Amino acid sequence: MNITEKILAKASQKTMVQPGEIVDSSVDMIMVHDLTGPLAVEAFKKIGKERVWNSQKVVVILDHQVPAESIKAAELHKTMRQFAKEQKLRIYDVGQGGICHQVMPEKGHVVPGTVIVGADSHTCTYGAFGAFATGIGSTEAAAVFATGKIWFKVPKTIKITVKGKSHKYVTAKDIVLNIIGKLGVDGAIYKSVEFSGPTIRKMSIAGRMTLCNMAVEMGAKNGIVEPDETTRKFLQSRVKTLPDFEELKSDKDSTYDQTKEFNVSELEPQVACPSSVDNVKPVSEVGNVPVEQAFIGSCTNGRIEDLRLAAEVIKGKKVKEGVRTLVIPASMEVYKQSLIEGLTEIFTEAGALVCGSACGPCLGGHIGLLASGETCVSTSNRNFIGRMGSKEASVYLASPATVAASAIKGKITDPRTLEAE
Amino acid sequence: MKVAGPVIKFGNNIDTDVILPGKYLVLVDPHELAKHALEGLDVNFPEKAKKGVIIVGGRNFGCGSSREQAPLALKYSGVKCVMAETFARIFFRNSINIGLPVIECKGISTTVDNGDELSVDFQTGTIQNLSKGKNFQVAKLPSFILEILSDGGLIENLRGRLKK
Repeated sequence: MNITEKILAKASQKTMVQPGEIVDSSVDMIMVHDLTGPLAVEAFKKIGKERVWNSQKVVVILDHQVPAESIKAAELHKTMRQFAKEQKLRIYDVGQGGICHQVMPEKGHVVPGTVIVGADSHTCTYGAFGAFATGIGSTEAAAVFATGKIWFKVPKTIKITVKGKSHKYVTAKDIVLNIIGKLGVDGAIYKSVEFSGPTIRKMSIAGRMTLCNMAVEMGAKNGIVEPDETTRKFLQSRVKTLPDFEELKSDKDSTYDQTKEFNVSELEPQVACPSSVDNVKPVSEVGNVPVEQAFIGSCTNGRIEDLRLAAEVIKGKKVKEGVRTLVIPASMEVYKQSLIEGLTEIFTEAGALVCGSACGPCLGGHIGLLASGETCVSTSNRNFIGRMGSKEASVYLASPATVAASAIKGKITDPRTLEAE
Repeated sequence: MKVAGPVIKFGNNIDTDVILPGKYLVLVDPHELAKHALEGLDVNFPEKAKKGVIIVGGRNFGCGSSREQAPLALKYSGVKCVMAETFARIFFRNSINIGLPVIECKGISTTVDNGDELSVDFQTGTIQNLSKGKNFQVAKLPSFILEILSDGGLIENLRGRLKK
């Protein structure tokens, strides 16, 4: 069995599972946020159970419309605070957490080898730690609140092996955009994507999170990386007891639906052009694309490593007049670290606005929406029509280095060209 | 369990941001959500769907976000069923969980035209194109999913199961 199959077998108390089999799995952790939580609370109340199955295993994170931008959002937040209080749940409120997918591992809620569901599609991010993690809807979240169980069809797995050392401004984001461009937005539909190979083993946790985060953008049920020493280093001060990582390695005779190999040595920075995440081009082929907004942040690319990279590109320069540049640290931990390292000052001096930890403009709900005819280059994960505001706006997805370079030049720019200046 | 109605067709990769833009996620009332169903592609969709329609999509219908408000908006706008070549998995599960029938049907997007009258029998997996006089047979949904749909959604289904 591969790592995903091993986790699902254990969670459904079986010695063996096979792709296509439907299993009744136990859930080790569930997360809901301010836009999916209220519907889950309403559904949970209809079920008629007084208490959630295990109050230690339900986490509430307010991150989408925070701080509340409207009375409607404020009411949703109130609903979640009340529910968390009644049920004695851990809640990360405004100024205490940040984006759910960053907060979950930072605060020790992600353990390798466990099954985690979240009422958010990017829950697959936690695969970076060797957990089986996938997104669900609000009603299903309510059912998990009540039972601690969920059904899964054991997915077929695509194994993606990544080799080669890329340029320092060619990041995990460029690698995953390249993969999605090749496989397509439904290239991994219903499937698991296992990232492996020497490049992944050397990759930081931040980079692995970016890869697994974007797995859903090719339709995957989950993205996953076998845990190793890098995983241990990140988690050891955050998680009480870590499992034996040897037991989470994919067996040598694991079967895969497909195996793909990518060599990233010569890879250029990649850009996903409107309005599909698989409309990917090397930055040199994107052409002259002026931008009105540049966004560095989100659950895909708002980590300290991302901010360091963007700051390195921006340091000592000014963002081009007419480019609104938003930097949003993914969590309060990242926010504080950015202050300590002087990154916030670098961004501010350059004329960028550093905002409080939240999802920000990524989903077009709050902060930094786009008007018709405007273009944004963004480190986030989706460039769908209307995703960031007006449906007549355009969104280009790229790495923090490319977005930072583009903010300075006022148009989509290869960060490697700034290095030469 | 059967549904019937005229078809409104959409293409491949219809994402949840065009089905229900993020700015409406603060709305709680499903009837309010329904006013914005598929607003990203056709602002007149709720008007067209009012009398009851079947959506036929291409590949990867409902890709993107886990927002259950997307299938809720469709259901309350008058959509009786969504058929597609393939679905994004979270949208597929969400639809079943809120009691909106969804069925995967290979070849449907190329053999059905806008306005065709379809009839779908979920128990047998038979789809009839009444306008063209053609029948399709698709794999039946697993029985536990059919039970959720016939109960009207996961919550109703779970209430029943917990009482037993």
